[in-house]
Amino acid sequence: MSVRSLLLCCILGCAAPAFGQGFAGLGTTADGFATPQLGQVLSFPQDHGPHPDFRIEWWYLTANLEAADGTEYGVQWTLFRSALAPGEAEGWSSPQIWMGHAGLTSETQHFSAERLARGGIGQAGVTAAPFEAWIDDWSMRGDRGLQQLALSAQGDGFSYQLVAKAEGDLVLQGQNGYSVKSPDGQASYYYSQPEYRIKGTVTLPSGPVAVSGDGWLDREWSSQPLSEDQSGWDWFSLRFDTGDKLMGFVLRSKDGVEDFSSGTWISATGEVTPLRSGAFLAQPIAQAEVAGREVPIKWEVRLPGRDVFVVVEALNPQSWMDVAFAYWEGPVTVSGSHTGKGYLEMTGYE
Amino acid sequence: MSRTVLSALFSYWRRHLFQLGALIIGLALATALWAAVQAVNAQARASYAKAESYLAQAEQRSLSATTAPMRVADYVRLKRLGWKLSPVLQGRWRNSIQNLDIIGIDPLTSLQVPGQTPPSSAGGETPLLLALLQPPGGMIMHPETAGMFGSGYDAGFGHLQIIRSEAVPVGLAVVDISLASRLLGSAEQLTRLVLLEDVPLDREKLVQLPAHIQLASMAEAQVDPGSLTESFHLNLTAFGFLSFAVGLFIVQGMITLAMEQRRNMFRTLRCLGVPFVSLLGLLAVEMGVIAFISASIGLIIGHFIAIALLPGVSITLASLYGAQVEHGLSLRANWILSGLAMSFLGTALASAQSFYSLWKLPILLAPSTQARGQQLAGRYGAWALAGLALLAAGSIALMTYGGLLGGFVFLGGLMLGAALMLPFCLWQVLHLGQSLARGALAQWLWADARAQLPGLSLALMALMLALATNIGVGTMVSSFRLTFSDWMDQRLSAELYVTAQDDDQGAALQIWLEGQGHRVLPIRSHELQRQSGPLRIYGVRDDATYRENWPMLEARDAVWDKIAMGAGLLVSEQLARRENLRLGDHLPLPDGWPGEILGIYSDYGNPQGQAITSLAKLLDNAPGAPNRRFGIRLPVEEVPDLINVLMQEFDLKRENLVQQSLVKSRSMAVFNQTFLVTDALKLLTLGVASFAIFTSLVSLWSQRLPQLGPVWAMGVSRRVLALLDILRSLLMAALTALLALPLGLILSWALLDVINTEAFGWRLPMYMFPFDWLRLVLLSLLAAFVAALIPAWHLFRLHPHELLKVFSSER
Repeated sequence: MSVRSLLLCCILGCAAPAFGQGFAGLGTTADGFATPQLGQVLSFPQDHGPHPDFRIEWWYLTANLEAADGTEYGVQWTLFRSALAPGEAEGWSSPQIWMGHAGLTSETQHFSAERLARGGIGQAGVTAAPFEAWIDDWSMRGDRGLQQLALSAQGDGFSYQLVAKAEGDLVLQGQNGYSVKSPDGQASYYYSQPEYRIKGTVTLPSGPVAVSGDGWLDREWSSQPLSEDQSGWDWFSLRFDTGDKLMGFVLRSKDGVEDFSSGTWISATGEVTPLRSGAFLAQPIAQAEVAGREVPIKWEVRLPGRDVFVVVEALNPQSWMDVAFAYWEGPVTVSGSHTGKGYLEMTGYE
Repeated sequence: MSRTVLSALFSYWRRHLFQLGALIIGLALATALWAAVQAVNAQARASYAKAESYLAQAEQRSLSATTAPMRVADYVRLKRLGWKLSPVLQGRWRNSIQNLDIIGIDPLTSLQVPGQTPPSSAGGETPLLLALLQPPGGMIMHPETAGMFGSGYDAGFGHLQIIRSEAVPVGLAVVDISLASRLLGSAEQLTRLVLLEDVPLDREKLVQLPAHIQLASMAEAQVDPGSLTESFHLNLTAFGFLSFAVGLFIVQGMITLAMEQRRNMFRTLRCLGVPFVSLLGLLAVEMGVIAFISASIGLIIGHFIAIALLPGVSITLASLYGAQVEHGLSLRANWILSGLAMSFLGTALASAQSFYSLWKLPILLAPSTQARGQQLAGRYGAWALAGLALLAAGSIALMTYGGLLGGFVFLGGLMLGAALMLPFCLWQVLHLGQSLARGALAQWLWADARAQLPGLSLALMALMLALATNIGVGTMVSSFRLTFSDWMDQRLSAELYVTAQDDDQGAALQIWLEGQGHRVLPIRSHELQRQSGPLRIYGVRDDATYRENWPMLEARDAVWDKIAMGAGLLVSEQLARRENLRLGDHLPLPDGWPGEILGIYSDYGNPQGQAITSLAKLLDNAPGAPNRRFGIRLPVEEVPDLINVLMQEFDLKRENLVQQSLVKSRSMAVFNQTFLVTDALKLLTLGVASFAIFTSLVSLWSQRLPQLGPVWAMGVSRRVLALLDILRSLLMAALTALLALPLGLILSWALLDVINTEAFGWRLPMYMFPFDWLRLVLLSLLAAFVAALIPAWHLFRLHPHELLKVFSSER
């Protein structure tokens, strides 16, 4: 999930005229901010908490859930931190800005909500131990590190309360958590917990539904800009029924020629293999009109080295996150050489 | 036929261009003053409406604190309970350029960020939100306000960028809440929390609120500038109306004259078969054309007068009420229409009497002016009674209703009543003069003055109103000026005022200055948000400066000892009047603050309430109160040296070191600017009144030959007659001025004691200025003299055959 959020902050600039200008500066230079260093060892639980000297950071959880009657749902809980200047300060003068996104998707319905807050006053923030990430009345609270999480969020027409239990260790992406983002050497600190068993209740206008399923948490922070010639990205996190997991993304270049792709293969036994650039291939095969624009909602995904040839299809083509910086994010089903479920995020479709 | 008649009617004006000019000028002046005042009022009201609607849309429903201040922690707690809120921190920011009202918003949660696509500021193309949020921050303000700040402001912690936006009312700056908290020195407090959802709040939700926070209605959340400034606009309107009335006297005089002189023409036209109704109709058309031309000229003049007055008005409103008005005058249909309507209405009113008499009097009989004059005189008694009734009604209104409205009703009754009583009083005085006079010529002089009264009475009423207004308003302004200057002497007793760059420097400065043996008076304050509005509490040291000089209106014994012990506080007169507080009352404040009122002091020119307690008490309750401003007591001659030393030692800018004398002269300059409008209107009204006398005398002139002829024939030379004419005019003006004096004094009492107290929240002592009155009386005599000069000159140069004609002609 590394790149998409990084780009999200970049996209903020184009997507939202009101706030975009405010965040546009974030994707351009790294002046005064710390930059990730190769060889830096991540240490926990401290690194579960915020890193205010870096420009951007997020706590990002997605989940594929199912009700007792087999109805499928997708849930998203995200907290972004963006710094106007490095460092933290008490009170209103804090340069930290927090943004929360929550989503709930079924086959026929999609809900999204957004919260914005500033740091320094306690309205939003993250503490490492005991772990808690919150913004307004949304929260993600852990008891021991990130092993167990209690999540809650609500927006117009929906809410959810979930409990997530990790089954497995944290996955350090890239080189021990140092994740290179481009041929130019831009990088971020990046780790994930891809194995959550989740239980809880999602509430729709029709009433509460008990659900259970799997979740994936991404943690990432960085300061460095992305390439200016990229128009958006398509990000996949797929969980195959074999127990293997695939994370892959494609950064679309504006000229459509030099798309950049990368990803990670996580085997059923927990073995983590970074994919070499260009190994992950994704091709749209069907479009749908979403929020007044054409968005691919069916993809052919290939990873020849692992014999993966699958079709990835949106559970609900209209999974549009109608927030200040709008994008598409929702649960997907996988068929073909492998079957399974996952999450798809697509940005930059104007 | 109509064309022929019309051309006959208009031919009169061609031969009497002076009369036509006077008529048009009179009507145009009346319209101009009226329209100007209306334009100024309309502009100001539009500015208020804009400010109000801005605040209304920015505020919607909100939560405000009652017994304890609203804290940031309260906001965060409610947010974490799921309340959809946006915080607002509001206050008055004192700086070295122009004190401003500041609204601090959180752009991340606020629905309203003014001017989201503002024209780029002089600072460059920095995006709005980044400019607001990125330290040190930016200020969004109206281009007019921004003009004072240039491209930015050096706040001591960085260069604040100015973003211009028409969406923000004048005199207000919208900033990010972090900047607001820095500028206002209020890190922990908030003014209110705006509710972002328009859903009804159920009980379950409301019980989550802490005890000191409650849902505020719009009315509580803001002070309406409209109600405060209403009195000022009523004042202006009254001035405008007065000028209009005075202008109408001119018009009335001219129309009467024209009707009188065309009596022969009307008779001829009637004899030629023009129906009476069509004659009247055509006369009405004639008047309509004249009214339209005059109104057009008047509106143009009025527009320019308004442009000239507006800056003064906006300064007045800003300094007295803190209300802001845009300087640029926009054409508005309402004042243009009201100017036109007033012009037509005025013409109709002024000519009604002439039309009526034309209707009533037999066309073939032309009775003497004298006869009609005496008929009119019979009505003076009735007028005087009506005037008395108006006076009584006004007094009753003042006693029963009181307040601003009562005050204005009283003023209206007083002025109109006195005007109505004037002819009766003059009649009686002239009658008395006649009976006391010895010698035929002296008796004739008095009797002739009496005979002239009907023709002059309206002009004299105008003169009296103008004089009384001048005396009344002049006394008020001068009293105000004297009080204000005394008060400044008491209040600004330190020789030098210093503003440090920050609290640390303030502390260092204080230690250094005390080490040098100077007495330092820290000026530290804290703004409390109360339901009735913000209240600034100052903490003062126990120092002889306060004990000896502070302008106390009433106080307990040994008040400064008690203040020093932290036993209570002093409140400003405005606060005391607004909240109906007396000595010994308890001002409801959050816990920890002393509440007992030990004294009330005057605090002119400040629209907000204020209180004083001991420095220790202030710091107990608001330890973070900024420590940057100091008054320094030292021998005056050492001030320049100290300024130099401070600039070098502490790297202070020159504008941060202000000498007492400079503050005083600046304040007086603002004060004088404030009353420029009043002065201008005073002068204009008096000018119009003088013109009214002049036109009345000119119009009387031709009618007076029948009276003068016989006197001349009996051997009084034209020269003596001319001198007597001037003398008579002076006599009338002097009598009128004499009667205007008490009226003016009552007016000034009403203004100072009733209107001001209600409108401004403070009472001013009344001072008498006999030399000003004398000057006014002389001015009115001069006006009467000048007005009488032309008719007298005519008389002096009159060929005897004209006087002889009196005996041959049928008149």
